[in-house]
Amino acid sequence: MSGSQTDDVPKGPTSPARRVRRRRRVDYAGYLYIAPAILLVVVFFVVPLVMTAWMSLHNWPLIGRIRWIGFGNYIALWNDQRFWHALGFTVYYTVWATIGLLAVGLALALFVEKPRPGIGFYRTAYFLPVVVGFASASLLWAWLSNVDSGLFSPVAQWLGLTAAPYNLLADFDAAFWSVTIMVIWKVSGFYMIILMSGLQAIPTDFYEAARIDGANYRQRFLHITLPLIRRSLVLALILSVTGSMLAFDQFYIILAGGPQNQTLTAVYWIFNQSFVSFRLGYGSALSMVLLAILLVLSLVQLQFLQSREDRR
Amino acid sequence: MTETASAVRSIRRRHPWRIQLAMHAASILVAAIFLAPLVWTVLVTFKSKAEAGLPPLPPWPVGGWSIENYRTLENFGAGLIHHTLNSLIVASATAALTIVVSTLAGYGFSRFRFPMKGAFFVVILAAMMVPFQSILTPLFLILSRLHLYNTLTGLVLIYVTLQLPFSVFMMRNAFDSVPHEIAEAARIDGARGLKLLVIVLGPLVLPGIASVGLIAFLNAWNEFLGALIFLSEQDKYTLPVLMTAVRSGRFGAIDWGAVQAGVAVMMLPCLALFLVLQRYYIRGLTAGAVK
Repeated sequence: MSGSQTDDVPKGPTSPARRVRRRRRVDYAGYLYIAPAILLVVVFFVVPLVMTAWMSLHNWPLIGRIRWIGFGNYIALWNDQRFWHALGFTVYYTVWATIGLLAVGLALALFVEKPRPGIGFYRTAYFLPVVVGFASASLLWAWLSNVDSGLFSPVAQWLGLTAAPYNLLADFDAAFWSVTIMVIWKVSGFYMIILMSGLQAIPTDFYEAARIDGANYRQRFLHITLPLIRRSLVLALILSVTGSMLAFDQFYIILAGGPQNQTLTAVYWIFNQSFVSFRLGYGSALSMVLLAILLVLSLVQLQFLQSREDRR
Repeated sequence: MTETASAVRSIRRRHPWRIQLAMHAASILVAAIFLAPLVWTVLVTFKSKAEAGLPPLPPWPVGGWSIENYRTLENFGAGLIHHTLNSLIVASATAALTIVVSTLAGYGFSRFRFPMKGAFFVVILAAMMVPFQSILTPLFLILSRLHLYNTLTGLVLIYVTLQLPFSVFMMRNAFDSVPHEIAEAARIDGARGLKLLVIVLGPLVLPGIASVGLIAFLNAWNEFLGALIFLSEQDKYTLPVLMTAVRSGRFGAIDWGAVQAGVAVMMLPCLALFLVLQRYYIRGLTAGAVK
């Protein structure tokens, strides 16, 4: 990624006439400038990363003796039904959230792509929920979904969908969709921006040419738009998948993992094991599994970026 | 064939007023869907306490406007103002420190040549691929060891580290795009090192600094999981943690009016900052996404 700097390595003594070369000499002052960043990354990222691996091999209570147990935590984890359930639920959520986000994001992007009067206002309006924090949005939604003081239950009753006040958050499907719709409402503006920049990069000539050849809207969309925004779509897909796999705030705040612990996500389970039960070693082993899953996803992302560099 | 095509094109180009009107109506309807929850909440906060406990139909206060809900928040924890200050301190310090550290590092990576530069850059970027949710347990121990557990300082240091991959990347690109001739000319005039960075290059990378600072501020202001774990005393709580405690009924029966007042206090600064600095936000967001 930093290849642009290293390809003009000075060969032998630089001639004074070529002043640009002088800047390229090895200058150890550079270390001073990057030192604070490196220090922070080492202390709060590299060391913790190594520690996670180390701690996962121990029985590590908050207070009391720390004991080496080898792969004991991993064996316990293998048999931990509730962890696998949490992971399964996280994947289920990731699939639906990603489908919803990409579909709504793409629809919005197509809708606001072309300049027309007032478009700046509309784009801003659709994007606004993105800048609100997940905690704020979750608290807001917890209230809207509340059966006594919220909005959804009385509106459903008014529309004749339900006969009596209906507690959305007491039933798995209703609770799940309430949270997922909140996420789609809050984040789809972000995907709109990503996909819109993909759409705007398509030369208009392509559409003109297709139109002259008699292609209808559906054909133009399938054969011009989709293939040409493939990279934006893949990027959006990766961001949505990695983001959703780490979901925590909304399920903690709105549902507290309920009903009947059915909406505990992977991060939520790690949080419970590490900071409620204070089984730090076990929490680390769970973290390692989550880390491995996300690293695979990131490698897919790198692969994608790599192939994009090659084509350039 | 070409005739019909050009006819179709001219229709599309000119958009008769009926189509334009339909487009506006559709756009406004969608905008209403996205904005309604935000507007609804803010309106509800001005109801009286009793009225705020009822379903919000209509959203605006019927029995007179009141700021009772905001006053109630003064009774939770150490009070609304105290916790807002906590949040403000954490977010501002995170933004300031992120700007300083990432500008220095961006300058170092862009303008110097030294051994292992590529490796160091990759280490910083790698922090982006490892989710911070997976290193929570050791972070907890490290903060305790450094006596930074349950301190706003500790939280700020972690937030800054979280911002670094994106910010350093962004600032390096900002410095890369400054023409070398400018730095060269300043160097000849005698500006070197930090002086060159602050006086000559600083103004030129200001847009990058604005993006990095704005995004750091908003992320720190809104962050929840880290604050929930690394702050144990109620006095230290940032707004999201305090409001979650209020919502979970830790301070007695859930007072939805107060919860929504808290949401409004958390939300409005984000919206205001975004509306004023939109350009820098979107620039940072797209740069961050394509990272």
